[in-house]
Amino acid sequence: MTETIVFLVGAAIILVGAIGVVASRNPVHSALFLIQTLFGVAVLFVLQEAHFLAAVQVVVYAGAIVILFLFVIMLLGVDTADDWSVEPLGGQRPLAIIAGAALLGCGLVLVMVLTDVLSGFVRSTGDRALDNEFTDIERIGRVLFTDYALAFEITAALLTIAVIGAVVLTRNLIKEERLEELEATSLELPAVAPDEISEVH
Amino acid sequence: MEVTGDYYLILSAVLFVIGAVGLLLRRNPLVMFMCVELMLNAVNISFVAFGVSLNDVSGQIAVFFVLVVAAVEVVVGLALVVAINRRRPSATADDVSVLRG
Repeated sequence: MTETIVFLVGAAIILVGAIGVVASRNPVHSALFLIQTLFGVAVLFVLQEAHFLAAVQVVVYAGAIVILFLFVIMLLGVDTADDWSVEPLGGQRPLAIIAGAALLGCGLVLVMVLTDVLSGFVRSTGDRALDNEFTDIERIGRVLFTDYALAFEITAALLTIAVIGAVVLTRNLIKEERLEELEATSLELPAVAPDEISEVH
Repeated sequence: MEVTGDYYLILSAVLFVIGAVGLLLRRNPLVMFMCVELMLNAVNISFVAFGVSLNDVSGQIAVFFVLVVAAVEVVVGLALVVAINRRRPSATADDVSVLRG
């Protein structure tokens, strides 16, 4: 009973937040609604006993990603409301709603099919099983550093590439002619300087 | 009413569709990124629900990797938004559809 109430409250938080993200005219409001949705997802993770993921969800998503969004919104100064009166592509909105309805229909059919398929699978045992004697973090650590060690290493490389990519994309580019100009002036300086010094003497 | 895996999957489908419709409707690149985050979270919910119904921790591992990739995607994506905005302020997704400066 308690589980049902928590699920319904969590689902309501998630869906209201998601609709808020899409429907807010101001990007700052969208970012705040996104935090609401992410907290709701963290609640559902706790409900499914994925405690580590709930903590990571709050720390990484709400604590880092949304803050990054807010930083960029403030940096660019685009915290003004969007103008929704003009529709740049003809019929975009009705088509988007139709596509969404079709996607929802496909998703619900898929859920029904998958439920039948899943009941035919064997439940896992051993290290990967969720009902073994380990705690949640211990279980994830064991599987992550054995079966998924290579994928884990690749994410390290991916993060490094992302940092380098972000720096390359956002650095201030000095134009080439300006660079040549700078080099020319720096080369002229030693030639000019001794004369001036002798004049002073 | 008892909460089973199906409820999580239905919630996940609805959340995914809200994110997808938002991605199609909105033209502000920042809000479009937020809609992508909504879709990723919808998939995360279903990963954990599948993991519980199969009694397997791999679903949670998948969510872990999705989190890392989401962080990477946001970092690079926001860097692109900053770079585009420096050249032409208040650009929407339509203004850069040609992919040329």
